[in-house]
Amino acid sequence: MSLGLLLRLGIGLLVLAFFAYRFYGVLVRGAYGAETWARLAISGLIIGSVYAVIALGYTLVYGILFMINFAHGEVMMIGAFAGYFVLEAFAASGFSARQPVLAIIITFLAGMTVSMLVGISLERIAYRPLRGAPRLVPLISAIGASIFLQNAAQLMFGSMRRTYSNPPALERNVGWVLEVAGKPVSITYTGVLTFAFSVVLMVGLYLLVQRTRLGRAMRAVAENKEAAALMGVDVDRVIANTFAISGVLAGAAGVMWGLHNGIIYHYVGFIPGLKAFTAAVLGGIGNIPGAMLGGIVLGIAESLTPAVLDMPFQLKDVLAFAVLVLVLIFRPTGILGEVLAEEKV
Amino acid sequence: MALLEVHNIHTYYDHIHALKGISFELDRGEIVALIGANGAGKTTTLNTISGIRHPREGSIIFDGQPIHHLPAHEIVQLGIAQVPEGRKIFSRLTVMENLDMGAFTRRDRAAIQEDLERVFKLFPRLKERRNQLGGTLSGGEQQMLAIARALMARPRVLLLDEPSMGLAPILVESIFQTITEISQQGMTILLVEQNANMALSVAHRAYVLETGRIVLYGPAAEVRENPQVRAAYLGEA
Ligand SMILES: Nc1ncnc2c1ncn2[C@@H]1O[C@H](COP(=O)(O)OP(=O)(O)OP(=O)(O)O)[C@@H](O)[C@H]1O
Ligand SMILES: [Mg+2]
Repeated sequence: MSLGLLLRLGIGLLVLAFFAYRFYGVLVRGAYGAETWARLAISGLIIGSVYAVIALGYTLVYGILFMINFAHGEVMMIGAFAGYFVLEAFAASGFSARQPVLAIIITFLAGMTVSMLVGISLERIAYRPLRGAPRLVPLISAIGASIFLQNAAQLMFGSMRRTYSNPPALERNVGWVLEVAGKPVSITYTGVLTFAFSVVLMVGLYLLVQRTRLGRAMRAVAENKEAAALMGVDVDRVIANTFAISGVLAGAAGVMWGLHNGIIYHYVGFIPGLKAFTAAVLGGIGNIPGAMLGGIVLGIAESLTPAVLDMPFQLKDVLAFAVLVLVLIFRPTGILGEVLAEEKV
Repeated sequence: MALLEVHNIHTYYDHIHALKGISFELDRGEIVALIGANGAGKTTTLNTISGIRHPREGSIIFDGQPIHHLPAHEIVQLGIAQVPEGRKIFSRLTVMENLDMGAFTRRDRAAIQEDLERVFKLFPRLKERRNQLGGTLSGGEQQMLAIARALMARPRVLLLDEPSMGLAPILVESIFQTITEISQQGMTILLVEQNANMALSVAHRAYVLETGRIVLYGPAAEVRENPQVRAAYLGEA
């Protein structure tokens, strides 16, 4: 065992011990009641499912191009805007009140379609011309695309914060109320919708990748582009389809974000994008179940960790990334990650 | 007219001039061997036919149609399949999925099913292992899978790049036997080999490649008797 590895594990164990010590203190003092834990776990699960859906987009693209699509958060942001404008129109015309289900469906379709188109264009304009260039080059192009999309959104939509006008039937912060330890814990409608639709998307994606012709071609291209081409796969088209699918997922996440959290603006994709990227790495980048698991774990971790450590809730982002570092100390390839094949390194 | 005609192709890797004007042809039903030392340009030749690389000069005519400008996936669809060097099977796909990938361009379900049975008859071992991941097969089984996968395209021309590489002598025998069998069923085969002895024993005609040029060609039996070939490729004095 090398000195570096020992040092790493030592630091990891120290941090773990510190976590355990703080948590023990919290439990002994009974600082939080069961209802607080339940509330935190539920909100973590909901936000985690959104991270998971976004993380899938990172992992799909990475699996095929071995590239981090840093503009993915912006693809989500644009989807959120598309959904926003559709909902505004529906709210103004009264359609939202009359046909809430249809209104929500159309809103999602709009967000997903627009994000899909952005994803496809991104690949065509910013990445395809750089295929075959050293790996750092498309990465820099991705960062550029991300900045471009943020600024384009700011120019087009302004920099003010906008509030999603949910249909009356789907008001934010309204929902069912459970009793936990004699105290109320609310489960919001938007939260349930977000979680349920995320699960549907994840299952759908899994089936697409495992069971369809396109999915098989995606897996073949991920493994070896030249061999896939020799099978008659149009590799460029499969890559474009991969960006389309990750765009669809990002668009759905953007609309869910708007419906559940309410506020959107040109910068709204940045933090969820970063978190979802973290989630993808946490689960093992390139691994589809890993991205799902990583998203949920990260969501719950960022929601629970401040309470576990008895620290201010504002520290949740810092703590979420601390969890990432901790996981990577013990499992450098992520929770479900395999040792990377040479080709991917 | 030959089924596949290669006219004076020049293929480059950036500034490396890998193929310096190669011409040859395959007639229907023939096995043609392409032999040469490491780095002679054998793999480059196959990849240029398959459309993985494009020639900077020259032409490739398949069944009367120029194909040298077509992308790889369209060339497969026209009926040229390749068993690539080093097998390149999909290790995270099952044997069955690998075979499905071989038939990727086809929609004729009934005929695909027929071909599946045909390749399972050719390689019963693959049938037993059809739900196993490709990466968990032995080297010999992977080579069988690579050949079977290419056959699933129901090609008219089969390009084989060093099918004997890394196999035990007994497996080499059986692979070459299979190649003969496939040929007897009417397939046109271009066979690239380091194992010149074996290749020349099953081929009808042969071309010898040296640093991007064809230096010798003729009926396989004649090429085999050529003193230079015997010295250079058959390890004889
Ligand atoms: N991807 C590549 N980039 C640059 N040069 C290459 C590349 N592939 C092959 N070459 C060069 O082209 C020439 C022909 O290579 P090729 O792989 O066709 O040889 P080969 O006859 O198949 O050899 P082997 O028997 O070792 O497989 C060699 O000089 C090789 O170095
Ligand atoms: Mg070679």
